[in-house]
Amino acid sequence: MMARKTAGYDWLTILIYFLLVCFGWANIYSASLGSDPSGSYFDLNEVYGKQALWIGLSIFLIVVILAIEVKFYQRFSSVIYLTALFLLAGLFVFGKTISGATSWYAIGSFRLQPSEFAKIATALALAKYVSDIQTNIKLISHQFKAFIIIALPALLIVPQPDPGSAMVYAAFFFPLYREGISALYLVLALTGVLIFVGTLLIGPAWVSIAVVTLAALSFLIKKKKRPGIPLLLFIVVACIGLSFSVNYIFNNVFEQRHRDRFNIVLGKEVDSRGIGYNTNQSEIAIGSGGWTGKGWTEGTQTKGHFVPEQHTDYIFSTVGEEWGFVGSGLVVFLFVCLLLRLIFLAERQKSQFNRIYGYSVVGIIFLHFMVNIGMVIGIFPTVGIPLPFFSYGGSGLWGFTILLFIFIRLDSDRLSF
Amino acid sequence: MRRILLYVIILTTGFVFLGRLFYLQVVDDSFAVRSNDNAVKVIYDYPQRGYIYDRDGELMVSNQPSYDVMVIPRNLKPFDTTELCEIVSLERKELERRLDKAKIYSPFLPSVIVPQLTKSEYAFLQEKMRNYEGFYIQKRSLRDYHVDHSANVLGFIAEVAPATVKKNPYYNSGDLIGRKGVESVYEDTLRGVKGVKYIQKDKLNRDIGPYKDGIYDTLPERGKDVTISVDSDLQAYGEYLMTNKRGGIIAIEPSSGEILSMVTAPTYDPADLVGRKRSSNFSKMWLDSTARPLYDRSILAQYPPGSPFKTMNALIALQEGVVDTDDTFSCHHGYSYGRGRKMGCHAHSSPVNMNQGIAQSCNSYFAQVYRKIIEKYPTPQEGMDAWNKHVRSFGLGDYLGNDLSTGRPGKIPTSEYYNQIYDYPTYRWYATATLSNAIGQGEVLLTPIQLANMTATIANKGWYYTPHMIKEIDGKPIKDERFTKKHHTTIDTKNFEPVIEGMHQVYKNGTASSMQVEGIEIAGKTGTAENFVKVDGRRMQLTDHSIFVAFAPVDDPKIAIAVFVENGYWGGRYGGKIATLMIEKYLKGKITRKDLEDFVMDPKNSLEDEYEKPYSGEPFLINDGKKNGWL
Repeated sequence: MMARKTAGYDWLTILIYFLLVCFGWANIYSASLGSDPSGSYFDLNEVYGKQALWIGLSIFLIVVILAIEVKFYQRFSSVIYLTALFLLAGLFVFGKTISGATSWYAIGSFRLQPSEFAKIATALALAKYVSDIQTNIKLISHQFKAFIIIALPALLIVPQPDPGSAMVYAAFFFPLYREGISALYLVLALTGVLIFVGTLLIGPAWVSIAVVTLAALSFLIKKKKRPGIPLLLFIVVACIGLSFSVNYIFNNVFEQRHRDRFNIVLGKEVDSRGIGYNTNQSEIAIGSGGWTGKGWTEGTQTKGHFVPEQHTDYIFSTVGEEWGFVGSGLVVFLFVCLLLRLIFLAERQKSQFNRIYGYSVVGIIFLHFMVNIGMVIGIFPTVGIPLPFFSYGGSGLWGFTILLFIFIRLDSDRLSF
Repeated sequence: MRRILLYVIILTTGFVFLGRLFYLQVVDDSFAVRSNDNAVKVIYDYPQRGYIYDRDGELMVSNQPSYDVMVIPRNLKPFDTTELCEIVSLERKELERRLDKAKIYSPFLPSVIVPQLTKSEYAFLQEKMRNYEGFYIQKRSLRDYHVDHSANVLGFIAEVAPATVKKNPYYNSGDLIGRKGVESVYEDTLRGVKGVKYIQKDKLNRDIGPYKDGIYDTLPERGKDVTISVDSDLQAYGEYLMTNKRGGIIAIEPSSGEILSMVTAPTYDPADLVGRKRSSNFSKMWLDSTARPLYDRSILAQYPPGSPFKTMNALIALQEGVVDTDDTFSCHHGYSYGRGRKMGCHAHSSPVNMNQGIAQSCNSYFAQVYRKIIEKYPTPQEGMDAWNKHVRSFGLGDYLGNDLSTGRPGKIPTSEYYNQIYDYPTYRWYATATLSNAIGQGEVLLTPIQLANMTATIANKGWYYTPHMIKEIDGKPIKDERFTKKHHTTIDTKNFEPVIEGMHQVYKNGTASSMQVEGIEIAGKTGTAENFVKVDGRRMQLTDHSIFVAFAPVDDPKIAIAVFVENGYWGGRYGGKIATLMIEKYLKGKITRKDLEDFVMDPKNSLEDEYEKPYSGEPFLINDGKKNGWL
């Protein structure tokens, strides 16, 4: 045991992690600063003081994670997964409701959000299942089993209701794709999204016309490469059917608040007072930052608390306002670096388990990054998910810390196979 | 391929985000403005407006506090509406209407509920204020007038016009600005500089402290006091004498160009444009399109100057050397000049020399003298322009460039003007075509201030300072080049002597001999000017204007004055008396010729019925048969 070679930890990833966490804390401090600050950065009555405590405890967590025997994660992944499912299910009985969502366990003043940890469990379980010697992910039946592993926690999270967190489970497409499932799933998903957005923008009639036109155009390509006429017909009918049902669902099944969120992002509605208020205020905060921002704790939008949820989901608007293009660009750059580094790390794993887990980490962090910042800068609908390492919240910070450092631990042991 | 997909997606997302951030933060600069609108409130600290004093240091205008009842609808608690309505004398329904309006405007921001409480209302309400949660009283500063005259001199303050706000970044909508008169011309001096405080707001519009710890805040700077050249007592007396009349008076101190008095009639009490009654008073005066109390006749009305202008022609004739003081001209109830045309004159001895010509205001004399001036030159055009140049050197026919808020150039015709109306060279014109200029009729138009300036220039024997209003700013005498530079006329000093002597004779033996005041030697000139008006497109002749110019004492002039009384029959009837009374008032401080004052102030001699005539729709007589020739 003692003689086993270790490759060491990937210090670049750890550095980026700490940069993001510290910069995040600085922005949480600014965003949650009252009009009469108590003077102490660690005042536990204040949001920033608590976050400082969570960050301190994360370091403890990191030490524990790195100390644990690598085999533990693989061996106990099923147990961890089942525990997570129990915790999610238990919310229906013991959950505490905060601002409309029953997503927390409350023990005294301490609150835990199990959905933040369920992602890790799912990633481990998926890695374990797919890397199993008996699993062939190219088989539809095995794909279906993998899908169940992913969908179970997501289905438990949706009714909390927390559709944003559930949506993150789409991230697991990336490891599965890397392991060999067909790109057709992605094409189908993208076509679905395209038809969805297209229907909302120009209506089902025009979408149908466009689909038929495209199908007709396909006759221009060589006969051998073209799909057969029955398949083509099926695709056309499916697309048109989807478009009309999207139209029906959007107008008859969606509630007005859901419709509003889409309409605002699609530019069909300008409503800066009601539902669009968040996005509008967030854009004002970011846009007024200019090149270099207004300076730390000097953001007027931030001080006036114009942006709702600014220390949690909208934390990036503080970065934009107080640090300007330089600061917000740097954050985007750091995230991209982190993600690319993680892909690089995942690719150098010899163990399939490690690689799948690594890709899961990349997928989860990427989805959070894309949806959160996209929302804050007004190019995505309002979906309430946190920005990893940045947003306030103990569960979130710990969840992402554990997620990331398990992978760093796995990576450090990659040579032992 | 499978390895690359995620790289591509991540990099694409990164670039899209950077692009969007670049657009929001660097390209589109509207967000900074919107952010400040959002989060930074600007509060202005308005300084005290400067006081206005008259030339003797008498306080004319200061400030008074005014109290507005404000409301913040969100803070309202149920209260005794009946009691509040009683205190501020407001209908209950009206109060409810205003509260609704305030609520619609903003539940969080203050709105005015009752503007400008009276002092007693304020005193009463102040005690009860604790019963009205959500209401508070805001103090503002209004003008406090210590005189009930000089409205046209002082001007007034009013809310700044949107166009001014756009042009001048100092002003914000709702600020007060001086309009007309001293308030307008010395606005920058009087207003001071307002202080600015930047306040950081939160999303509910509450103040949460100074913006950037107040590094951009400034303190207000008090407005400077202004001392004007007007003599408050003389001004009050002038306005009193002009009761029931229309017209303007300007009195100037010849040695300095300072305006001693600037009277327009009808006028109003400056206090009428302050307080709650302001807007109804203002519209009432604004809508009075015949009396036009807001129209300053003393500097805006362009009248034919009539006979006082003869002194100008006498001066030009002497300067051009076309007559001698002893040259005589005959007058047979007028002067006939070709094709049966005749300029009438009244009865007096004939022939007359210059002295008698001025004293008797002989039309015939000046018609012939004027012809000699124009005909001295080979063409009437050259003659006309030579004449024009002399007249202009007195500051006539153009804006004076003074420190009054407004003015008119008057009209002094040029050869070009006559070429145009006579369609030269198709048709020719001669001196006789312009003969009315000889007696200050026809094409010549002057404002009272121009005529007064001409009189002051004669009193100075050939020079003048631009008439002005300002005397001191914050107790320091002004040194404005516009008002300390002597303007010299084209007439030599020696040529003024005979004209002044003639004007003295007017007072001693001539057309103003009935107005002599013991101990004061006056040089003056009466004027009676024909005038016309257009009513509903019909040109009608009205009763003549009564005009008088004078300065005194003759050998050391302290005051030069011009009086226009619209439709006042003839020069001596009102103009002469008013001018003499004003001179006595200024030089002696008291009135000995009470009989003159009694005549002018007698309600029987009111001119109001005269002003009604053209609007009665009936045919009417002018000069009521009292026409007495060209006095």
